[in-house]
Amino acid sequence: MSPNLLLVVVVGVLFAAGVTLLLERNLTRVILGITMLGNGVNLLILLGGAYGGPPIVGVTPEPRMSDPLTQAMILTAIVITLGMTAFLLAMAYRSWLLTGHDNVQDDVEDRRIMRRAERDEGLENEDEDGGQR
Amino acid sequence: MLILLTAHLAAAVAAPSLVRLLRLRAFYVLAAVPGAALVWALSHTTTMRDGHAVAETYPWAGQLGLDVALRMTSLSWLMVLLVGGVGALALIYCARYFDAAEPGLARFAGVFVGFAGAMLGLVVSDNLIVLYVFWELTTVFSYLLIGHDAAARASRRAALQALIVTTLGGLAMLVGIIMLGEHAGSYRWSQVVSDLPGGGYLAVAVVLLLLGALSKSAIFPFSFWLPAAMAAPTPVSAYLHAAAMVKAGVFLVGLLGPALAGAGPWRPVVLTAGAVTMLFGGWTALRQHDLKLLLAYGTVSQLGLLVVALGAGFRDAALAGAMMLLAHAMFKAALFFVVGIIDHAAGTRDLRELSGLRRSAPAVWVVALLAALSMAGVPPLAGFVGKEAIVDAFLSGGWWEWTVLAAVVAGSMLTVAYTVRFLWGAFFDKPAVEPRTVHRVSWSFLGPAALLAAAGLAAGLFAPVLDRLLAGYADTYPDAGHYHLALWHGVTPALALSALILASGAALFAMTMRTRWWRRVRLPVDGAAGYERATDGLGRLAIEVTGATQRGSLPIYLGTILLVLVLLGGGALLAAWPLPGGFRLWDNALQLVPAAVLVVAAGFATRARRRLAAVVLVGVTGYATAILFILHGAPDLALTQLLVETCTMVMFVLVLRRLPGHFSVRPLVAARRLRVAIGVAVGTVISGLAYAATAGRQAVAISTGFPEPAVSYGGGRNVVNVTLVDIRAWDTMGEISVLLVAAIGVAGLVFGGSGRLLHSGRRPPLPTPPRGQVWLMAGHTLDAGLRSPILEVVTRLVFHTIVLFSIYLLFAGHNAPGGGFAGGLVVGLALVLRYLAGGRHELAVAAPVDAGAVMGAGLFIALGTGLAGLIGGGQVLQSTLLDWHLPLLGHVHFVTSMIFDVGVYLVVIGVVLNILRSLGAEVDRHEQIQRAGETARREKVGAA
Repeated sequence: MSPNLLLVVVVGVLFAAGVTLLLERNLTRVILGITMLGNGVNLLILLGGAYGGPPIVGVTPEPRMSDPLTQAMILTAIVITLGMTAFLLAMAYRSWLLTGHDNVQDDVEDRRIMRRAERDEGLENEDEDGGQR
Repeated sequence: MLILLTAHLAAAVAAPSLVRLLRLRAFYVLAAVPGAALVWALSHTTTMRDGHAVAETYPWAGQLGLDVALRMTSLSWLMVLLVGGVGALALIYCARYFDAAEPGLARFAGVFVGFAGAMLGLVVSDNLIVLYVFWELTTVFSYLLIGHDAAARASRRAALQALIVTTLGGLAMLVGIIMLGEHAGSYRWSQVVSDLPGGGYLAVAVVLLLLGALSKSAIFPFSFWLPAAMAAPTPVSAYLHAAAMVKAGVFLVGLLGPALAGAGPWRPVVLTAGAVTMLFGGWTALRQHDLKLLLAYGTVSQLGLLVVALGAGFRDAALAGAMMLLAHAMFKAALFFVVGIIDHAAGTRDLRELSGLRRSAPAVWVVALLAALSMAGVPPLAGFVGKEAIVDAFLSGGWWEWTVLAAVVAGSMLTVAYTVRFLWGAFFDKPAVEPRTVHRVSWSFLGPAALLAAAGLAAGLFAPVLDRLLAGYADTYPDAGHYHLALWHGVTPALALSALILASGAALFAMTMRTRWWRRVRLPVDGAAGYERATDGLGRLAIEVTGATQRGSLPIYLGTILLVLVLLGGGALLAAWPLPGGFRLWDNALQLVPAAVLVVAAGFATRARRRLAAVVLVGVTGYATAILFILHGAPDLALTQLLVETCTMVMFVLVLRRLPGHFSVRPLVAARRLRVAIGVAVGTVISGLAYAATAGRQAVAISTGFPEPAVSYGGGRNVVNVTLVDIRAWDTMGEISVLLVAAIGVAGLVFGGSGRLLHSGRRPPLPTPPRGQVWLMAGHTLDAGLRSPILEVVTRLVFHTIVLFSIYLLFAGHNAPGGGFAGGLVVGLALVLRYLAGGRHELAVAAPVDAGAVMGAGLFIALGTGLAGLIGGGQVLQSTLLDWHLPLLGHVHFVTSMIFDVGVYLVVIGVVLNILRSLGAEVDRHEQIQRAGETARREKVGAA
């Protein structure tokens, strides 16, 4: 198959912009990045299918149809992205309700372990620390 | 044998309720189960005397070479006797040892019986994998038993230590088992022996197997876990030391010995480790003040002796080892029972505080004396027969036999010394110590110990009978031995050595009482310290590695993953360079317009400072994507994308109205540059991969054959829709389930924990609408400033039309663009419109149903069609074409997969409704509550 260079470039741009936003700490930006990545992935799948007329029997002759399988896959992907975006938005909202902002914080437990590593401590003191064992 | 194992399992399961019902008497009932194993083994005594085996085989997982092959030979018969006999006595002993109020007794009883069952299974398994399973079961059960007193740190620590040490050994053993089993093509030991590998392969397997056996038996350098395990209740210690757990390792050495003793590393490893353990254990036992600890180190020493005898690799030593195994089980269990009794009766087991028990507890003294003399090897007890046989076995041989003999003699001297120390410490009068007052000891408490001590005497007296029974095992060694177990062989060098051992042992004890210098003599290497260092080091390593890799920062994790993608993907691209040519600039010049819009909007979206601007810009990229879809020849996608994009924008706005208008300021320019750099790198690599994948494609598309069956089987001309509801209906089924889960998650997060989730579908009470003409039922519930009459009018006019249009889309979708997804989304947007125009009360009026019910009904219908196909004799989700000729309507063409699409339609409506209820209506309510609170506060401040 011969690739459509324009779509290749568009896919690249959507990924670049999506990843840039994804690496932010702000949850709204992260969600927007995921939305763009979703579109990028959908176009990427589309690239894998043949270009042509709508895959409707009687409208387009069979050899000139675009690939229906990739389209069915993308269709489900689009709707799933909707569900996922809704979920992430609800998460951002909850984060805002609880903490007053929607930034992703560093994991507290991980930071404790990092401090332990800096102090060259072992697991032994865990008991005295918090009795979590 | 399977019946016995099942009985143990059933008893273990029933034990907790039994204990709750009968309290301590339950132990007598439970003792019947291991007792049955003992009786069963005794009933096979003649079979063993004739040198036969009892075997049962049950198929299990045949493809894996696994069957439950059980086989009792002479050695396993001996073990069944011990496991069953000591197990039953320990349970009987429990009934007196424990207080009825002991916490966790119900669980303890179950675990103990399970432990006995696992041990029984271990010794009768012929299949090595099955043996391994039972092996690990004993580890787990012993962990629970040692850690019985879970509140005590020492007890938890000891349990964990035993678990870690023996499991590590067990894993090594498993590898050894697999090596032998894979070579022989069977895991049955009786078949593995006939096809052993050779050379280095065998040597490695042998070392691995020995690691398992020796760690289980607490042989040096793994000895440390056993003395620590005495944190367990005394009946457990008695069982653990005498018949179970540590004896598993000894049993394995005895089982493998006849076949593997000739292998290179066997003798050096077994004899060295055994001899060192024997001396180290005995020496350390001499230093102990705690009677239980003294016995525990004594066991370590005896285990060394047993391993040396059973692993030496010739007939006479094996016979002697088997005898010693029996003798040790009897006297060690009896002595532990005695210690438990002393502990109970006198309130301590520290030998510095005990005095005068010989007079105050004479019955206990007699029993203890009988058992202890067997331990020391005094005739005519079983211990003497065993020890003399061992000494005799090593008397006739070359240099290594003599070296081992020296160790055995030295070890036995130590045994005599610590035996005397035990008797003296527990029972004799000590001038400086007040005589201990003791409670009366009931016969039922002393019974198990007395029985075992008496059995030790009987076994000594009837040694020739045992000789014939145990010879069945010893004769599996190829060499011709001549020794027979008996009390009296005449005046032999062995007898002389036995006398020497007794005399010098007593002298050694006397020396330890007078001098102190010997206390400082210790082994230069200590297993316990090594264990500590290893676990500490592992903990440190884990913390360092976790600290270095687990930074807890989402951007760092994502960045790492993406960089790997860039490196691997980019590397693959470079490796495949040059990429194949033959590309087209575009399929259709019109594509340039949406593409350009998309690129510009995407670029600005990354830089936007305001939330709303960013959302709109990302929305633009989504709409542009829809246009690209339609230009590619995918009208269904374009339709769905447009609807979804609109829904998404609405959702964003609903949430963003509560969040600050601007993103927080990010001062770090370098971090931003890095993000952009990673983004550009990922984009470039993905572009390259997209190009390479498309250009490199050779295969014919799977969908080439779709259109024809879509019409003839699926009954629809829109191939994409038929693919969704028929050809790949399972995908769709999974997808709507995911949607449902996501929607539930949204509701959970927004309604979160307030318990209102269940009632979210209930319509809130409506204020009565004002009289006269209204456009929307609940429009008046909004503040006047928020109302938009034009929107209300338009909504009123178009709502029903939109819903009708959605139904058209749903049913037309089979033959033209549309379908359940698109139709459902259109209804969703109609609801959005009602909500925006009239607020949350209007939404409740527009859809007076529970969103969950709509989603559930949809999923039910979709699943129902799937099952209907199955009931109709076809496959799941198979569709049927129905053609009717109805009066008035004319020809009706109907496909059952259409019903599936109705299910999809309902699920999508339910999801959107649910999102609106959560992110719309419920967030409104939060806002109202908050505003009301602020107003109240302001009023309060004003009033003050």
